[in-house]
Amino acid sequence: MGRNAKLRTGQTAGKLYCLLIYLFLFLPIAVIVVNSFNDTTSKPYLSWKGFTFDWYLKLFDNTALLGSFGNTMIIAVANTLLATCIGTLAAVGMYKYKFRGKTIIDSLLYIPVVIPEIVMGISLLTLFSKTNIPRGMLTLILAHVTFSIPFVIFNVRARLAGYDNSIEEASLDLGANRMQTFFRITLPVLAPGIGGGALLAFTLSLDDVIISYFTNGQTKTFPLKVMESIKSGVAPDINALSTLILIGTILLVVFTQRTSMNRKDNKEGK
Amino acid sequence: MKGRKMKTTAAPAAVMVGPVTLWLAFFVAVPLLYVFVMSFCSLDQNYNIVFAFTLDNYARLSDVNYIAIYLQSLIIAFLTTVICLGLAYPFAFLIARTVSKYKAVLYMLVVIPFWTNSLIRIYGWRTFLGANGWLNNALIAMGIISEPLDLLFSKATTVLGMVYCLIPYMVLPLYTAIEKLDKNLLEASADLGAKKLTTYRKIVIPLTASGIFSGSIMVFIPCLGLFFVSDILGGGNSDIIGNLIERQFQSGNNWPLGSALSIILIAVTLLLVKLYQKCGGDMESLGV
Repeated sequence: MGRNAKLRTGQTAGKLYCLLIYLFLFLPIAVIVVNSFNDTTSKPYLSWKGFTFDWYLKLFDNTALLGSFGNTMIIAVANTLLATCIGTLAAVGMYKYKFRGKTIIDSLLYIPVVIPEIVMGISLLTLFSKTNIPRGMLTLILAHVTFSIPFVIFNVRARLAGYDNSIEEASLDLGANRMQTFFRITLPVLAPGIGGGALLAFTLSLDDVIISYFTNGQTKTFPLKVMESIKSGVAPDINALSTLILIGTILLVVFTQRTSMNRKDNKEGK
Repeated sequence: MKGRKMKTTAAPAAVMVGPVTLWLAFFVAVPLLYVFVMSFCSLDQNYNIVFAFTLDNYARLSDVNYIAIYLQSLIIAFLTTVICLGLAYPFAFLIARTVSKYKAVLYMLVVIPFWTNSLIRIYGWRTFLGANGWLNNALIAMGIISEPLDLLFSKATTVLGMVYCLIPYMVLPLYTAIEKLDKNLLEASADLGAKKLTTYRKIVIPLTASGIFSGSIMVFIPCLGLFFVSDILGGGNSDIIGNLIERQFQSGNNWPLGSALSIILIAVTLLLVKLYQKCGGDMESLGV
């Protein structure tokens, strides 16, 4: 076998291998999507009984399921706003100023990232129970912000690594005050990092199971609704909603990527 | 001069870093300290938590049944990490070094499955592997088997679910490390007569070690806690430490014992992170 032929078989094998990994990653997604069109009402909804769009239509009658999705969206949006504000301020503050206790904050930041989620979940549960904060929407938002903040900070910090401090000094020298400088100079430069952090906070919140499981009280999020349904079998309408959420997320990410790319192109074009 | 500078920066610094400090103190530090305190508390006859110091909870942790589950949990985490590394390394290598114009898409395709709820994806595996599931039905239809295979509810299916849940945390840091690799080094090594395998062993692997370490830690640690994977796919046959904790905080309703179990899990985590830092691991790269 010649060198080229050998190289080619090597490349084919490589492509085949990657294909297999992608198959592995997407197999359960295929199960979800296919089952969302499954014309069956017999539990546990496993065997294929024919194609139907019914589950997508019936979705609108399932108020409990839609309600849980509404809760998930409220929590995800509130979480994204809060975590992004707190995280961005913190990342910039920690980058610009030296102060006592900075290393403590830094190490506290890593705790939600490395510690198993279940420990975060039960520790927040004990806190909320001890302080008599009734578990529900509020505690879910507080919990989600807690695990999202570090990811926002890391994203913004990565952007700050190449940050040129002199543009801020120039702004101050030219008579802008600190507020103006922050909103008109610092924020626009950091925007891609902030956007990336916000997107991550949003998707993490959307998918969280374990921490929500311990902090929810009677409020059901969509993932918790799924958990509840697993014992009796996941119904096709849950699969239908999952499919719609997946499509929504893909569109959201593609859209944000596009706009950030366009902005880059425009800048480079000039 | 110095005094003046301190004065002008103290206010903005407080405004910017104040919120995060309070948040982390109240929602991270205090709860963990409280769990630590609770692990030394007792229960009265009505299962209320009383603040009477006891080491009973820790004594109960050395129960033989519990030790068997810790070991099982560590074995599952170890196997998951090794399998993730074995599967992810060649994969990350191929997509990081491809010259295809779809490279960004190939990268995104790794992340996309994780925008669907993880529970429902794990349930998808159950649908696929179950007695009446897709795989068995397909094999029977093709005449390969006559009776459905018993594929679910074993340690193997739990490991499969864990690998599935955690493999992106291995792929992404490996991808980053491999992408940074200087192509010239590989060519130089080949030009100097090194065999392909030698190049991998002496150049590629050592230079991507950071990715291997951070990927491994990001797979191993969560694997000790993901209780729903062993619940759904293991069917009670492959409990992990996470299941023990979950039970004490839900059905078992013994929070002090659950707290002691959590402290053990925190200790294991700290130990592994220290080990990681000793190997030269960078904390920043654990954030993905």
